[in-house]
Amino acid sequence: MISPTCSIEKNHPQFKDLQQYIDSLKINHENPRRKDTLIMTLHRAQKIFGYLPEIVQVFIANHYSIPHADVSGVISFYNFFTTTPKGKIQVNVCLGTACYVNGADKVLQEFEQVIGVRSGQVTEDGKFSIESLRCVGACGLAPVVTINDKVFGKVKAGDVREILEKFFIEEEVAEKEAANV
Amino acid sequence: MINLTIDGEQVSVPDGTNVLDAARKLNLDIPTLCYLNLEKIKYLNKVASCRVCVVEVEGRRNLAPACATPVFEGMKVITNSKRVLSSRRKNLELIISNHPFDCLVCGKSTDCELQKRVWEFSINTQRYTGERSEHPMDKSSCALKRDPNKCIMCRRCETMCNEVQTVGALTAYGRGFHTVVAPAEMNPIVTSSCVYCGQCVSVCPTAALTGIGYIQEAWAALFNPKKHVVVQVAPAVRVAIGEEFGMPAGQAVTGRLVAGLRKLGFNAVFDTNFGADLTIIEESKEIVERLQENPDGLPILTSCCPGWINFLEHQFPELKYVASTCKSPQQMTGAIAKTYYSQKMGIDPKNVVVISIMPCIAKKYEAALPSEETYGLRDVDIVLTTREIAKMLKEGSVNLSHIKDEEFDNPLGISSGAGAIFGGSGGVLEAALRTVYYKITGSELVDVNFTAVRGMAGIRVAEVNIGEKSIRVAAVSGLGNARQVLEKIKKNEEHFDVIEIMACPGGCVNGGGQPYAEEREEIIEKRLQGLYQIDRNSKVRKSHLNPAIQALYQEYLGEAGSHLAHEILHVEVLTPMDARMK
Repeated sequence: MISPTCSIEKNHPQFKDLQQYIDSLKINHENPRRKDTLIMTLHRAQKIFGYLPEIVQVFIANHYSIPHADVSGVISFYNFFTTTPKGKIQVNVCLGTACYVNGADKVLQEFEQVIGVRSGQVTEDGKFSIESLRCVGACGLAPVVTINDKVFGKVKAGDVREILEKFFIEEEVAEKEAANV
Repeated sequence: MINLTIDGEQVSVPDGTNVLDAARKLNLDIPTLCYLNLEKIKYLNKVASCRVCVVEVEGRRNLAPACATPVFEGMKVITNSKRVLSSRRKNLELIISNHPFDCLVCGKSTDCELQKRVWEFSINTQRYTGERSEHPMDKSSCALKRDPNKCIMCRRCETMCNEVQTVGALTAYGRGFHTVVAPAEMNPIVTSSCVYCGQCVSVCPTAALTGIGYIQEAWAALFNPKKHVVVQVAPAVRVAIGEEFGMPAGQAVTGRLVAGLRKLGFNAVFDTNFGADLTIIEESKEIVERLQENPDGLPILTSCCPGWINFLEHQFPELKYVASTCKSPQQMTGAIAKTYYSQKMGIDPKNVVVISIMPCIAKKYEAALPSEETYGLRDVDIVLTTREIAKMLKEGSVNLSHIKDEEFDNPLGISSGAGAIFGGSGGVLEAALRTVYYKITGSELVDVNFTAVRGMAGIRVAEVNIGEKSIRVAAVSGLGNARQVLEKIKKNEEHFDVIEIMACPGGCVNGGGQPYAEEREEIIEKRLQGLYQIDRNSKVRKSHLNPAIQALYQEYLGEAGSHLAHEILHVEVLTPMDARMK
């Protein structure tokens, strides 16, 4: 995981993973349609690094032999891609139609209040970030919240504290374990 | 051929033609703001974003954009029905609803295609108001200004930058209403791969992309009594500036321009062609040296065009060492004005201001580079484009169409025909060959015309016999074409001895600082012919026979490539290693 305060350097070990992935695509640099796989690569890169800072963008551009501007343009078009780091605990509140009419806006507000940052932002210590998204395809569970890879259904504003506390404790435990090792 | 009817008139056009081009065959000018087709330089922008060219096609429910609708057999098109005209008007009104409306003080006023269309449509009120996009202006470079608030998203600049020039500096950033054409990550342009060729400026329909102006700085220098202000005029300016005064394109107005500049108060009016001749002497020395002693240093690439040199540095840093170390004619003229000329006239070079009139925006960038100085003084202080000097002349009550010819000042005003053709693609190469031939064989060329390297084609290759030796040369214009050639050199796929590269398609006559022209391709062709006519009419057509250049070497520089010449007229050479480390 990347903390927002630590910038990604050129020799960051995770570049190897990205390199491996790009190599596996066997990009033909003469092919004018080589950009076809760019979005896949961006997804992978965001998974690896948590976000897509300029240094990662330039790395990808160079490996595709395309201008940095091309990569940047694609990233800026899609909501999913982010150029700012996300927190270790990523809260996503669905604001799709079904969730919205079931009070997702109030749930989001509560998350913002409890965590202390607005949607699209990350806390100073890099622990939490909040995003809103449009429909995760689980409308029967509306309003839906996903935190990292876990899905929470029928969430009410009153549930927010409890959910967050659980994650916070898990995170603390994981950190301590990591420290002991 | 496909037969169709437009406004009741029959026309036959090749398959694949769009309605807009088909209509032009019938002299029907369907208005457009985004569509632009410059066949000779393989530029085609057809994003169909402005929707000002919509037409009615029989059998179709919706209006179709003429620029992106291919013709078909039996097609019936109406270009001026009530529905068409009101729709176009509405689209245009919507475009201007997100425009700053500061036409009176806008630098593009009277040259703006948006303004022209609005005027043609007699739109005299702002019917729609709403949210306006607000983006900061980018003046981070000293050459190119981006004002995204004036952008109408026609995407012409992107097509030019990314597809023709392959510079890749611009992208559409964001989505929907908030989209803005900008460098990667909306970074300032100075940190991007922009080379300042200014080709985006010449296709921009509005003032979203323009050159950064230095007119006020130039006036300030002229009105400063302590300063000795000299001006130099690039070759391509004299065959284009007439257009700004209603004269035909390609008409050389050299003498009138000299007279006009003198009227503005310049202390001396010099010719960049002199610097061009000087460049040839220094560069041909390098060429002969590499041909005879250092074949590993081949090909040698010309270094006159700063747009091209920027491109080389950004895109092919590993090849930087193959470029000539010569400064460009602009810089050489400036350097000589502040050394030899100042000494000769007994003026402190600190009080000399060199202003150059260039067809170019990258020249502004070049003049500001740290390496472009001599003995601690800038070689060139202020760079003005052809468009800017036309404005200054008009402000200073000088009309070039009613003025008598005058001669350049000596000695930096004497030049050969070889210097004049620098302004067109292939000219530097041709000028160099005339002198290289003499340096290698010891005899003068009888026929100086190397027609094989002339013209508008992007890459022109020729084998040239110089005495017993045959050398392979190429003249390349347009950076996309340069990229093709450089890739081949990098892979050792093709051998060249000398290559001339100009960033702008067709060379400086088509520079980013030249008068705006909607009928661009014809006009460039005429400007080019104008330059060759100057060459044909010159008494001296080889740089080494220019008497002022001969005197400069005798009195001051010694010989070509001398220590002093290197100090003043060359930039530090990067070894291949340095280039890789960079």
